[in-house]
Amino acid sequence: MAMLSFERKYRVPGGTLMGGDLFDFWVGPFYVGVFGVTTIFFSFLGTALILYGAAIGPTWNVWQINIAPPDISYGLRFAPLKQGGLWQWITVAATGAFISWALREVEICRKLGIGLHVPIAFAVAIGAYLTLEVVRPVLLGAWGFGFPYGILSHLDWVSNTGYQYLHFHYNPAHMLAVSFFFATTLALSLHGSLVLSSVNPQKGEPVKTPEHENTVFRDYIGWSIGTLGIHRLGLFLALSAGFWSAVCIVISGPFWSRGWPEWWGWYLNLPIWR
Amino acid sequence: MKLPGGIGLRIGAVVAVVAACFVIFGTFHGPQTKSVQHGYRGTGMDLVYARAELVAARADNGLPDAIDTVEPAGQKSSEVYQNVQVLGDIDVAEFNRLMASFAAWVAPKDGPQAGCAYCHGNEGNFASDALYTKRVARRMLQMTRHINADWQPHVQKTGVTCYTCHRGQPVPSYVWFKNPGPASGMAVPTAAGGTSSLLTDPYTPYLDGTAEIRVASTTALPAGDRQSIKQTEGTYSLMMHMANSLGVNCTYCHNTRAFSNWSQSTPQRVSAWYGIRMVRDIDRNYLESLQDTFPVTRLGPHGDVAKVNCTTCHQGAFKPLLGASMVGSYPELIASGSEPPKPPHM
Repeated sequence: MAMLSFERKYRVPGGTLMGGDLFDFWVGPFYVGVFGVTTIFFSFLGTALILYGAAIGPTWNVWQINIAPPDISYGLRFAPLKQGGLWQWITVAATGAFISWALREVEICRKLGIGLHVPIAFAVAIGAYLTLEVVRPVLLGAWGFGFPYGILSHLDWVSNTGYQYLHFHYNPAHMLAVSFFFATTLALSLHGSLVLSSVNPQKGEPVKTPEHENTVFRDYIGWSIGTLGIHRLGLFLALSAGFWSAVCIVISGPFWSRGWPEWWGWYLNLPIWR
Repeated sequence: MKLPGGIGLRIGAVVAVVAACFVIFGTFHGPQTKSVQHGYRGTGMDLVYARAELVAARADNGLPDAIDTVEPAGQKSSEVYQNVQVLGDIDVAEFNRLMASFAAWVAPKDGPQAGCAYCHGNEGNFASDALYTKRVARRMLQMTRHINADWQPHVQKTGVTCYTCHRGQPVPSYVWFKNPGPASGMAVPTAAGGTSSLLTDPYTPYLDGTAEIRVASTTALPAGDRQSIKQTEGTYSLMMHMANSLGVNCTYCHNTRAFSNWSQSTPQRVSAWYGIRMVRDIDRNYLESLQDTFPVTRLGPHGDVAKVNCTTCHQGAFKPLLGASMVGSYPELIASGSEPPKPPHM
């Protein structure tokens, strides 16, 4: 794969997290690095385990393949491969692959001398995954509380786990997470459409600049967050959505075991109106 | 150290920290939990309990002191006492033990209205039906015998006694009266629906009436299912009541991927199906038959008798009294009346 003429100056050695120059090279357009190798190792291992799990399971229907965690009776111990052990090793592989990928992003940022916003943002997503599959099961005392690996089976888990708390929409952190998910799509659609409208002017008009973009929002709401600010806002909204998602599930069970509507008793009992 | 921002920002920050501390430490419990797996691994059909809940449940469901069994006296109660309408066939020693048990289970407190006097008065005339409490007790005895004999699909061999509901109180702690609530019947926190804003009174349509609980369409496209949001929220309110009554969650009976599907449900759902029919039978044929027996002071705000729902017996436990059976040494509390309904269509 040909390299663009200006690309070479960005391909600098060094900046590795572990020091040294092991795997400090590119393959085609891809930077490899130690963590590129560990990413490949863990993702191949995890995928192979999933395929093995599917092979010993009852179906090859891609919707119905299900690799479930161990019974709760195993607690936090290892389970036999066919009784949830596969799920445990796949979780190890997934965690290894995700963290490797984040560290590879860190190395690329260091080579370029840019901020670590991208790996930090990805770390929030990894954090949400680990909250579901590691932190909450550990708090509840059994790996069996993790969600199963399967397209439909993990949705069934979401449904049943939600109904363990009777009405999950009353979960305050779930409320925040849902609101942030909606807000982040609203912000992205406003931003995307604004930029596109600026660079696709009406017939005979020149392409417009951010001054026009700012003016659109000043006319709308009296104020524009600005070209840099919209990206700060977007990142905040998106990460908040992931963060509160993790909070809403980790409090369900370990820190609140009854129906979520009941949690609001403190509000109903405020001395102002009780 | 100089804090950034003006006085307003600082006050705001303090308020936010205080509010956050209240929410975090004031409304949640610690991570000491105990769990029960209730479905295939990974389906999320689990019950999670805070340890404090289990300790409280154990404390709330203690059994009363056992009353010693007796040797038969060789005489029927009706040969010794007058006006014994229900238990005339049993041995008088057993009869006396049962009467002492009633007093201990229903009216054990001290005072002139306690013990035997609660039903029989202080006149010494035990045959008299003058007090309404005695007439109610007789009907409740018939009900108990009927439940234990004819509703075994729900109460199994564990059975029920007066204590299952009464717990040492003349009126059980958990009964219900008609409660239309505000005109909308919605948008207020309801005890029935676990403080959600679902239907205020799901008992009247579903436990006194025979409103259908099935609201889910059986077809992918609209094909005549006229159930609305209102009916759906009514059933959810009833289901919240059932879940909270038993201290369980929806997955105790349902795999929520298909609530209505019997083949994906747990065996407990069959028991619950019988339970709903049993409660209807009790409310309509026993409690409401006492409408004119109770004095007005015992009736609800709308003039109806106290009726039972799931909480009346279960009181927050998956099995009343955590599954302890008290009926074993009281065979006279089991006597058939009518047949239970047929099992649900599977």
